[in-house]
Amino acid sequence: MLRVDGLFTEYPNEKGEVVRAAQDVSFTVDEGRLFTLLGPSGCGKTTTLRSIAGLERPKAGEIAVNDRVVYSSSKGIFVAPNRRGFGMVFQSYAIWPHMNVFENAAFPLEVRGAGSVLRFGSAARRTRLSRSDMRERVMRVLTAVQLDDLADRAATKLSGGQQQRLALARALVMEPALLLLDEPLSNLDAKLREKMRFELKRLQRELKITTVYVTHDQSEALALSHQIAVMHRGRIQQVGTPRDIYERPASQFVADFVGNTNFIDGVVVSCAPHADHDQRSCVVRSEMGDLKVHSAQELHHGDRVTVSIRPEDVELSEERPAGDNVWGGRVDQKVFLGEALDFQVAVGARTLFSRRHPTLRTKIGEAIFVQLRPDKCVALKVS
Amino acid sequence: MRVSTGATTNVFDRGAVLRPQFDWKWVIIGASVVFTVYIAVIPLAFLLWQSFRTPETAATAAVWTLGNYAAAYGSTETLRLFTTSLQFASGTALFAFVLGAGLAWMNERTNTPFKTIFFALSLIPLVIPSILFTVAWILLASPQIGIINLVLQGWLGLAEAPFDIYSVAGMIWVDGLHYSPMAFLLMSAAFRAMDPSLEESATMSGASVFQVARRVTLRLTWPAIVATILILFVRAIESFEVPALLGLPSGIVVFTAAIYQAVHRYPSQVGLASAYAVALLAITSVGVYFVSRLSGQGSKYATMTGKGFRPRQIDLGRWRWLTASIFIVYFLLIVVLPFSVLLWSSFQRFYAVPSTEALQNLTLDPYRFILSYPNLPRTVLNSLLLSFGAATIVMLVTSVICWIVVKTKLPGRWLLDNVASLPIVFPGLVLGLSIMIFYLNVDVGIYGTIWIMLIAYVTRFMPYGLRYTTTSMLQIHRELEESAAMSGASWSTTFRRVVLPLLKPGLLAGWIYVMIVSIRELSTSILLYSPDTQVVSIVIWELWENGQYVELSALGVLFIISLFVLVLMARWLGQKYGIKE
Repeated sequence: MLRVDGLFTEYPNEKGEVVRAAQDVSFTVDEGRLFTLLGPSGCGKTTTLRSIAGLERPKAGEIAVNDRVVYSSSKGIFVAPNRRGFGMVFQSYAIWPHMNVFENAAFPLEVRGAGSVLRFGSAARRTRLSRSDMRERVMRVLTAVQLDDLADRAATKLSGGQQQRLALARALVMEPALLLLDEPLSNLDAKLREKMRFELKRLQRELKITTVYVTHDQSEALALSHQIAVMHRGRIQQVGTPRDIYERPASQFVADFVGNTNFIDGVVVSCAPHADHDQRSCVVRSEMGDLKVHSAQELHHGDRVTVSIRPEDVELSEERPAGDNVWGGRVDQKVFLGEALDFQVAVGARTLFSRRHPTLRTKIGEAIFVQLRPDKCVALKVS
Repeated sequence: MRVSTGATTNVFDRGAVLRPQFDWKWVIIGASVVFTVYIAVIPLAFLLWQSFRTPETAATAAVWTLGNYAAAYGSTETLRLFTTSLQFASGTALFAFVLGAGLAWMNERTNTPFKTIFFALSLIPLVIPSILFTVAWILLASPQIGIINLVLQGWLGLAEAPFDIYSVAGMIWVDGLHYSPMAFLLMSAAFRAMDPSLEESATMSGASVFQVARRVTLRLTWPAIVATILILFVRAIESFEVPALLGLPSGIVVFTAAIYQAVHRYPSQVGLASAYAVALLAITSVGVYFVSRLSGQGSKYATMTGKGFRPRQIDLGRWRWLTASIFIVYFLLIVVLPFSVLLWSSFQRFYAVPSTEALQNLTLDPYRFILSYPNLPRTVLNSLLLSFGAATIVMLVTSVICWIVVKTKLPGRWLLDNVASLPIVFPGLVLGLSIMIFYLNVDVGIYGTIWIMLIAYVTRFMPYGLRYTTTSMLQIHRELEESAAMSGASWSTTFRRVVLPLLKPGLLAGWIYVMIVSIRELSTSILLYSPDTQVVSIVIWELWENGQYVELSALGVLFIISLFVLVLMARWLGQKYGIKE
């Protein structure tokens, strides 16, 4: 559906230096899917999104939607943003303060009608809607975002959440081929953000509209996406389902950026194929001792690796459990979070973080056993 | 001078790929660039050129000379001129600052009663033109006829008048009072822009009220303080009315007065005036340069957060009645007394100090005189046409310039911004002189007509118009335009449906402001008017020269009332169309 191929972007900053944003970014998004570009600020995710929108002009690459090429450096094609027909929700929402709710949402339909006389491109030749059709479509989309009873309200009188929904309605009203969302939840407070996260997901799944979503918030990405691309320094580090990204990070950066994790450095001692054929079962010698781990990467004897294990996978028990990767340790610190209890456990010179159910009541200073299940230990090659 | 947003791009610029075609945009851009350079740079060049030329007479042609500079700066008089100017300007700046900053602090940071009428202060410099304010203070504090002097002499039995308005101190008093509302506005903005949590966190760290003021408040407002004093200094050194009316009669000469004298001497010494003007221009340029440097640093001091802003007020307790009375005295000095004395004098046949006999001689004669003044309809029409025309042209041209500077990535756009802002360094009198020289030497048939005055007004007020348009253009978030593009709107639709409606309040506010400042303009007009092209402020000036004080007062009262109505209309319009002050 959406295909981005070998995208390079750069722009001059205030000092006139050339900043390289996206570097060789390629991905495809299937019809009806929500695809997230996730990364820290300055990783090039917003520039990539704006390039798809046509608001930035890339240096090189190709962008196509449903086989309609909207940008191609080799073919010299650049379709202006207003002719691409994509819907976009901006970070600031960009609600026009001089129009009311209805007028904001109706704008895309109005300008589409007005412009059709002057346009000659086949894709752009569209007919003007009648007043009643337009009204019906606007009210339908306002109803979908639950703003129908506020249609006559001045846009400046809306709360943050309402502005966000209006921006969404405006992007959806022209039934776009593609919906682009630029950190749409970042301006909301935490409670509202979680609520809108569900609404956004419901709406996207119901309308089955192909969506590209940009965020720096990993929990948002995990909650909403069909697929996530983690970006760092202008490059895509890994593409996968939320579960892949979380459980099988491909690099130290991804493991660190998405969720919390423990890193244990070591050297590979041996490696053997595992029953699951794209996995390997290896032994890593670390400061804590030998560690049985799994890896998706090709590892050899002597490779320097770092082993990532999530806090919720660091199991604790007061009696020594059976199985591999068990150490004796001591509870160093506890933090009660309500639904969970965070432990810091000292194992030799190392401190491991563990998230447990609050029923575990071991006191600070007491001995405890730590078990790291080999299939949860992900060995990542140190580059 | 202004920081332009480097990251701002115009998405539509990139839209026009593939088919290079004729674009009307470039015609407009080119025309406005040529216009700006013509209007702002050429007169300056002629001023410099003239300052190195001898006067041209029927017998001898003009030649190159350094004589003007020798005459202007070669004598011991020069040193006196220089020190008097600096004394006057810095005295005025400091006096106005102390008054204005103190009042701003009272208004923004304390619970002084009657604060609601403080806003009226911002109207004063707009409503009472400098020349009328000066005349009013002559009637109040001149040693011979000043009401305050006579009253104090009667009460205290003094032989000598206690105040002499015809002195450097008197000049500082009048000009400082007149500029104090400007200081009040600038400092209020600085106090308001500061996030109170910065002060609160200092308090929580254990700092006393005094320590907070010294270590935090003062440090954070420091750039604003310096900038305000510099602006006041520049305004004072280029002010013309006070030095001409108060300084010249007693031989106190500052730069502006020296320029005026040189032009009005017979034979007129334009070269000498130019040599003085160049020095004055150098001083104001340095001042303006430092002001723009300081405001450029604004972001570094990022006092503006907009988040969780609640103005915090100090409870003054019983002291608030003291601050309230300071405020009332100030209001008397700056509004009530000057206006009352003009009003009183406007009902007299010959000027007389208020007394019971004088009260019986009240007459409407001065108003009859003014209303039957031969050129009055023509003069009023000139004033209205000029201010209307100047305001319209200024706002149209500056909105194009500002669009280029803010919304395009054209190379050299910063230069355009600076050229258009250049006239701000011209004192009114110097601008009038430059334009006079230019059109005397390049005869295109507009010297002595209303057009030369229109050009002068447009040049003089272009920087102010630019400030209004730039402020509102910068407030239009890039995403507001981009979302229109994503909605499928073309460039022209976006401009018409989104940019212009959002720009409208700023354009309207700027238009009204330029209109008001044009209508009271004196110091540029005074070198350019002819009998046919008199404006209201020039008639006031001429009545003063002729000693027709009561007639002048009548015209002044009418002028102030009309300006007041105009300002009220502007405010009403502003509120209707949502202009935020």
